[in-house]
Amino acid sequence: MSASETPASSWTGRVREAAVEALPPEKLLPDKQPTYVASWIYVFGVASIASLVVIIASGCILALKGPAWWHYTGVGHFFNSIHLWGVELFFFVMVVHLWGKYWMAAWRGGRTRVWITGAIIFLVAVPTALTGYVSQQNFDAQWISTQAKDGLNSVGVGAFFNVTNFGQMYSYHVLLLPAAVVALVVAHVLLVRRHGVVPPFELKDHEASQTSTIAGSDTPISAVQGSGPGSDGAAS
Amino acid sequence: MSVRDRLGDHDETGPWRGAYAPYDLVKELCIAIGVVALLAVLLTVLFSSPDDKPSTIAQWSRQQPVNFITAAANELNGTSDTAEYGPPYNHNGEGQHAAFIHLQKWLGVSHPINTAQDFVIGPLKTIPNDSSLQSAIAEYRAAPEQTRKAWGEAYAKPLEERETALEEKKTPNNAITVNPTTGTVTVNASGAGPVPLMMTSLLSLAKSGGLDGALLTSDQFFQTDYTKPLLFMADGGLLSERAEAQHLLGEQWGMMNETGSYPGQVWLWLYTLWYQVEPFKSSENADILVMLMMGVLSLAFICIPFIPGVRSLPRAIPVYKLIWKEHYRSQHSG
Repeated sequence: MSASETPASSWTGRVREAAVEALPPEKLLPDKQPTYVASWIYVFGVASIASLVVIIASGCILALKGPAWWHYTGVGHFFNSIHLWGVELFFFVMVVHLWGKYWMAAWRGGRTRVWITGAIIFLVAVPTALTGYVSQQNFDAQWISTQAKDGLNSVGVGAFFNVTNFGQMYSYHVLLLPAAVVALVVAHVLLVRRHGVVPPFELKDHEASQTSTIAGSDTPISAVQGSGPGSDGAAS
Repeated sequence: MSVRDRLGDHDETGPWRGAYAPYDLVKELCIAIGVVALLAVLLTVLFSSPDDKPSTIAQWSRQQPVNFITAAANELNGTSDTAEYGPPYNHNGEGQHAAFIHLQKWLGVSHPINTAQDFVIGPLKTIPNDSSLQSAIAEYRAAPEQTRKAWGEAYAKPLEERETALEEKKTPNNAITVNPTTGTVTVNASGAGPVPLMMTSLLSLAKSGGLDGALLTSDQFFQTDYTKPLLFMADGGLLSERAEAQHLLGEQWGMMNETGSYPGQVWLWLYTLWYQVEPFKSSENADILVMLMMGVLSLAFICIPFIPGVRSLPRAIPVYKLIWKEHYRSQHSG
């Protein structure tokens, strides 16, 4: 055994080895994907991340100038609008992504944590957006906060999460909840990279023949598909 | 194939052993960021974003002086929504519950509010150089609770009668007059003790903008907590009147909407839906019932991979054949 293959004794070395073992560079940033990754539905995952980048970038500009800036300058209002539409796009593409992954049953093959982190991202994004709406310092913020308080108070959340307290909501909106969303997205992406994109369902013989009819040929798919549990029907 | 087979829960998915094709993830992400940024700019240029100015107590008291006086009287008498709310603001109500679950009560009073003291008496005490007002406050505070209650009810009675008449679209009584020039409200209420003077002074303070500041004041210089002014305004009619005009009331799918014709928080549609249907719609505990329902549904959403039937639907309903159409076709032709 060479020196480089000796297990590390330090905590740092062990963490590095575990990280590299779980996600070697070619798995972390692959330059090829299975051939089945060829559908427009796959665009919505990366579009969700792209929307988040736009939201964070526009949010950082708004944060640099302070919460009142966008009310009295055209430039501020412009970036607030970018922020708002970034959020609308984020939720739209994320919901399409989630539905797509549901119909792929994307939790298969040991990918349960990928689904769970994705679902939690959506659920954490909802209060992240809500805290933004109640931090706007306009009539929408007044109305939404006075309405939202009842639901939150009814389950005791209002005791420590007061939507009528602008200072608290602003802190949640610009730091705590975005940090949670970003951390979850990082975990989600790393899990996707670790496990890979979920393979297609393996077609049974009669389904294959139906699909072959759709495809416009009479050749049975089973002729080119792997078989048995554990096989993904890989075409060789 | 049996239904059990079609909904079979056996996960036969193994690692992919088929072909790979070049795929540039970083390039894809960069292009996606560019496209989404362009879309956001395009939507911004086309639609901008809403920014309706907030209401103030000064505006409310000037535009709707009788409504303001009515809300203030209810705060003083302890009969407003906030006064009777319960936790987290006070102990005057039980709060909502579902069966044996009393989360609102269990979490206690974290933002204590005494509406008579915080919304009326406290702000009035900040008015300087008005000995008759300070005497009225002293008289009110020194009186037994029964007497204070009698004064408050005597003052509130003509105001309530007026509100009822307006709701029933009848001509209101003439016990209340508003000076159109000064906006001063006179309530002819006998046996109301010092309450009329206190209410008139509070209206003057509110119109001057002083009440907006007084409700924000605490022991420290910097302020970020708008709980008191927001709750006071929510007890009145101005916010709900503006909200109704902007289709924001609960029966109008409430807070998922936004002023103007903007999409708002459309992702809250399921949460808002429950408020439109029975038994939630007419329940006194609608909020906790809806929140618990959403809690259960959210947990189910997270746990889909473990829920028999739900996790198998994607195999039974062949949407996947559309998603992986090219893959199946290439397998077939390969």
